[in-house]
Amino acid sequence: MPGVGIPDDGLVVVLKQDCPTCRLVAPVLDVLDATVFSQDDPAFPPGVAVRDDTALDASVALGIDVVPTLLRREGGRETARTEGWDRERWRELAGVADLGAELPEWKPGCGSRTHDPAVADEMLVRARGHELAARRVELAGLEDEAEALYDRGWTDGLPVVAPTPPRVLRMLAGTTRAPDEVVAVVPPNLVPATVEKVAINAVLAGCRPEYLPVVLAAVEAACSTEFNAHGLLATTWGAAPAVLVHGPIARRIGVNAGGNALGQGTRANSTIGRALQLVIRNVGGGRPGEVDRATLGQPGKVGLCFAEDEDGSPWEPLSVSRGVPAGASAVTVFAAEGARGIVDQISRTPDSLARTLAGALRGVAHPKLTGGFDAVLVLSPEHVAVFAEAGWDRARFTAALDDLLLLPPEELARGADGIEEGLPAPSRPRHKFRPGGLMTAVAGGGAGKFSAVVGGWVGGPGGSTPVTRLIEEA
Amino acid sequence: MVTVLDPTDESRPASRTVGPRPDDLAGRTVGLLDISKPRGEVYLDRLASLLGEHGATVRRYAKPTFTKPMPADLRAEIAAECDVVIEALAD
Repeated sequence: MPGVGIPDDGLVVVLKQDCPTCRLVAPVLDVLDATVFSQDDPAFPPGVAVRDDTALDASVALGIDVVPTLLRREGGRETARTEGWDRERWRELAGVADLGAELPEWKPGCGSRTHDPAVADEMLVRARGHELAARRVELAGLEDEAEALYDRGWTDGLPVVAPTPPRVLRMLAGTTRAPDEVVAVVPPNLVPATVEKVAINAVLAGCRPEYLPVVLAAVEAACSTEFNAHGLLATTWGAAPAVLVHGPIARRIGVNAGGNALGQGTRANSTIGRALQLVIRNVGGGRPGEVDRATLGQPGKVGLCFAEDEDGSPWEPLSVSRGVPAGASAVTVFAAEGARGIVDQISRTPDSLARTLAGALRGVAHPKLTGGFDAVLVLSPEHVAVFAEAGWDRARFTAALDDLLLLPPEELARGADGIEEGLPAPSRPRHKFRPGGLMTAVAGGGAGKFSAVVGGWVGGPGGSTPVTRLIEEA
Repeated sequence: MVTVLDPTDESRPASRTVGPRPDDLAGRTVGLLDISKPRGEVYLDRLASLLGEHGATVRRYAKPTFTKPMPADLRAEIAAECDVVIEALAD
């Protein structure tokens, strides 16, 4: 192996001074005709011609896991190897019958320095760095890292994690998909986003590698024609893509579906939605003040992600009602405003509670506007229990809300109730939501007769349709 | 020194130059694009009559919906048929 100094023929020993077994075997090296590589101290062992392998090139080339390692090479190929000190094996490989007579028969070795956590990043980049195609940007030594990344326009205003090559490689380990595979074409600039680019943005957002399959599925869903992320971004309305996680992956990676599911404090919830938004910002070029023309926006535009509490819910999961096979993991991406709480601590009958929820849902966008804006209802455990105990399943609940939200024209007309906003001359009752425009997910903590409505944006072909995608797991 | 990977599309947008402004609209074709927001036509109707008084030929276009980008075919049609285009954003 040219350049590394490994002989094509003969014995090779790799060791390090920091290993007691290596120090134990040092005396036998005098009588071995071996090429000796030292991983940490070129002066060790003393009195022997040692090749400096502090850069670990020979150790990597030889695939050393344990020190000391003794191996034999013939014609440029390895023909035998032993790890640690095993007197019989060393004698056999070296062909020296009384080798190490004064040493114990056996002593295990130590981990090779190539496995030292202190050089793990370097080793990772050395092994897999060639898979990374993204442009490398050098931050100057005097630049504050957080400031430098903000100054380059790569953040949503909050600090980001620097996407160094080792971090991105570790992120990529979260998926079996190839780094150069195109995940989606990202609006508004219609830029193809590779798995690597999504991984870089997932690092920025603070994701763990096991979240990457969810982020990839969310990017695919958000970049679909039906979701219309360009329109959602460009509108003066303040909604943004939100990510609802379904199936067993939610529990496995820790997406919160319980207390404070819509709030802060859970890493998966806080970073998965953020990663999607950073992909749209950085890859797609969608930035506030540019294509993003929101009049007000809302705090969830940093990123919103939660899971349905499928284990705690008495109902069929929302994902199953949307065609996902039971037990499969998926994401639904939908246009979302901030969540608004709904209080009802008194109702114990499904009819009464449904009326409360309908009343709150009517307020989405405007109480007198119908058929335009979608919404998601997040039903808390105490509220869904009222329906379940009365024998209402998801279908009956949905139908009941639909009936309650069929609104009389005289209440909707422009000028009605002293409000100029409204529908122009409606002549028949109108449904508040278009068919499929209201989704209900069960989530939240065990205490509290509070649910939440998450308003959306214009639903359907003229706006954004919620999109569900299966998660391709690593 | 820290090395990071670029999270963006890595495009350095070439600087775009604005097309030359015509000295006069007389005899030119002006496209009026309605993005289909309510009352956009009120503004464009008035513009059309003013442009007519200046001797311009007016052609009217509309996006199918304001919520989505203009279809590429419509963009090509306007570029082929007009010298100047005015886009109306209204509510």
